Amino acid sequence: MARLNLILLAVAVACALAVVSSNHRARKLFTELEREQNRMRELEVEWGQLQLEQSTWAAHARVEKIARERLGMKVPAPGQVVTVEAAK
Amino acid sequence: MKFVKFAQSPVLSQALPAWRMRLVMWAILAAFGALIGRSLYLQGFQNDFLRQKGESRYERTIEISATRGRILDRHGDALAVSTPVKSIWAIPEDAKLTPHQARELAHLLEMDVRDLNAKLNANRDFVFVKRQLPPDVAERVVALGLPGIHEQKEYRRFYPSGDVVAHMLGFTGVEDAGQEGVELALEGQLAGKPGSRRVIKDRRGQVVEDVESIRSPQEGKDVFLALDGKVQYIAYTHLKQAIAETRAKAGGVVVLDAKSGEILALMNWPTYNPNNRTRLIGAQLRNRAFTDTFEPGSTLKPFTAALALEKGSYRFDTLVQTAPGKLSIGPATISDAHPHGMLSVAQVIQKSSNVGISKIALSLPSEDLWKMYDGLGFGSPLRLGFPGEVGGRLRPAKSWRPIEQATMSYGHGISVTLIQLARAYLAFARDGDLIPLSLTRVDTPPLNGKTVFSAQTAHEVRTMLEMVVQPGGTAPKAQIPGYRVAGKTGTAHKIDGGAYVEKYVASFVGFAPVSDPRLVVAVMIDEPAGAKYYGGDVAALVFAQVMAGALRTLGVAQDAPLKPMLVADAPAVKEEM
Repeated sequence: MARLNLILLAVAVACALAVVSSNHRARKLFTELEREQNRMRELEVEWGQLQLEQSTWAAHARVEKIARERLGMKVPAPGQVVTVEAAK
Repeated sequence: MKFVKFAQSPVLSQALPAWRMRLVMWAILAAFGALIGRSLYLQGFQNDFLRQKGESRYERTIEISATRGRILDRHGDALAVSTPVKSIWAIPEDAKLTPHQARELAHLLEMDVRDLNAKLNANRDFVFVKRQLPPDVAERVVALGLPGIHEQKEYRRFYPSGDVVAHMLGFTGVEDAGQEGVELALEGQLAGKPGSRRVIKDRRGQVVEDVESIRSPQEGKDVFLALDGKVQYIAYTHLKQAIAETRAKAGGVVVLDAKSGEILALMNWPTYNPNNRTRLIGAQLRNRAFTDTFEPGSTLKPFTAALALEKGSYRFDTLVQTAPGKLSIGPATISDAHPHGMLSVAQVIQKSSNVGISKIALSLPSEDLWKMYDGLGFGSPLRLGFPGEVGGRLRPAKSWRPIEQATMSYGHGISVTLIQLARAYLAFARDGDLIPLSLTRVDTPPLNGKTVFSAQTAHEVRTMLEMVVQPGGTAPKAQIPGYRVAGKTGTAHKIDGGAYVEKYVASFVGFAPVSDPRLVVAVMIDEPAGAKYYGGDVAALVFAQVMAGALRTLGVAQDAPLKPMLVADAPAVKEEM
């Protein structure tokens, strides 16, 4: 009887320790998840900012200015444009 | 010391009164009873309150902010993006700064020290010191470690296209909620709903466990507009240039896709930069194409002609006597500045004869005319959700006098917005049917809309409108090499204080390519101040530039030989006003 009790006690202690350690691991993983989610939000914000930057650099007015002044481009005359119909 | 055995204790030998023992026993029992009662009370009745108190020691409710959706053009280029900024706020009672600290803070915030001190001495619990700062500036402020000064995350909307798309997009207020334009019209889709969740935090303030999600946040949805950034920019540059050249007060351009009813471009002048709205005046804010009505003048003529064709009372080549260039209705007289003589219905439109179109209008029942105007959408707002959208003025047919019936046929006594006018021309650009306009990108265009005219009528009117830009018409400047173009000029006197004055609204509405119309462009120039103020001069030129650019950008196939039918500076027939 006493032996059985001792074994059960040992099992109970082992279980308790397992609960503690798994709880600890869960919390660690959770913090990691939190961190990654924060990173995701930060990256999303950065993406928005990069989009803004892209739109600013690619603003039509800026592109036109550079094309005309620095690259010496101009709008093709009507005769220089050939429209190709897509095969249907 | 002398030991006494318990049994021999003298105390025992004294017979104590029995009530003393009972008193002690009851007292102890009562004490137990009180303890049980108390614990029942705490465990049973006060349980919720105490549990809450306990949880509030380690649980926290966290707000999860949701970002507002982006606005993109039809190709996915960003037109409006929200990005986080920081606001600095203070609790005035705690914020006792030394003069040196105050100076330092004011310097960082680029504020006047006196303004700052006024804010910090305010008799309130909470005061915003400065809102919407770049995150790096806010970081430096927090790094100063000043008492009672805090930061808060907020969102600010940026519009990279600046004044090019201003009116279409509108803007948001400081709380990131839509106030104008698409931002307000599509607020339901764009706005995100912030959520919140309950978590357990440890001593260091780190979240260690998720307890429950109270409300999951809903991110605002991205919206793809029908707007084409390139077409919009084309409209912007040419309208800007035309306004500068004609020294006009205002102007507007609308570009519609005739196949899908999408608004590809919408430009008003004057415009503003939505990123910097500190020195705005009302005139800049007006989204004229939607909120300002004007008397359209001769651009309305084709509709009366179309109804006459539809009713069968006139044909394309029925002759109308316009000599001697005057028509008296009651006490009033309608006149043509250049008498034309006998004209066919097509020529009445081509040469824009007031007398001719009035005669046609007077032969039609007023009820039918009203029904047509109403069917074209005049008199009622488009209901796209734009703030301040108006419907213009279309009086009920019963109240029309004959003179009004006549003047309305050439666009006086009726008022419309530019977007209404553009939409009405969809009926000619399509086969007589009208489809609803769309602010957002349409993936499956509606096949058939509400029929206003028969397809045959629409085709005949198209031919008439093509004659307008040909030799003998009022707008040869609207020609575009390589494309067949059709349209109608309008030059209307403005009303000031109830009387017509020597100020004009020049307009041109047209579509191309005529063989299979793809685009409708409407141009309005308000009070051109130069020597040229005719729709055929001022507005037709903008029309041709915008239309040519848009057709090229969209890669629409050419449908005409390249040689222009007429040198552009050959004299145009002056239209009647």
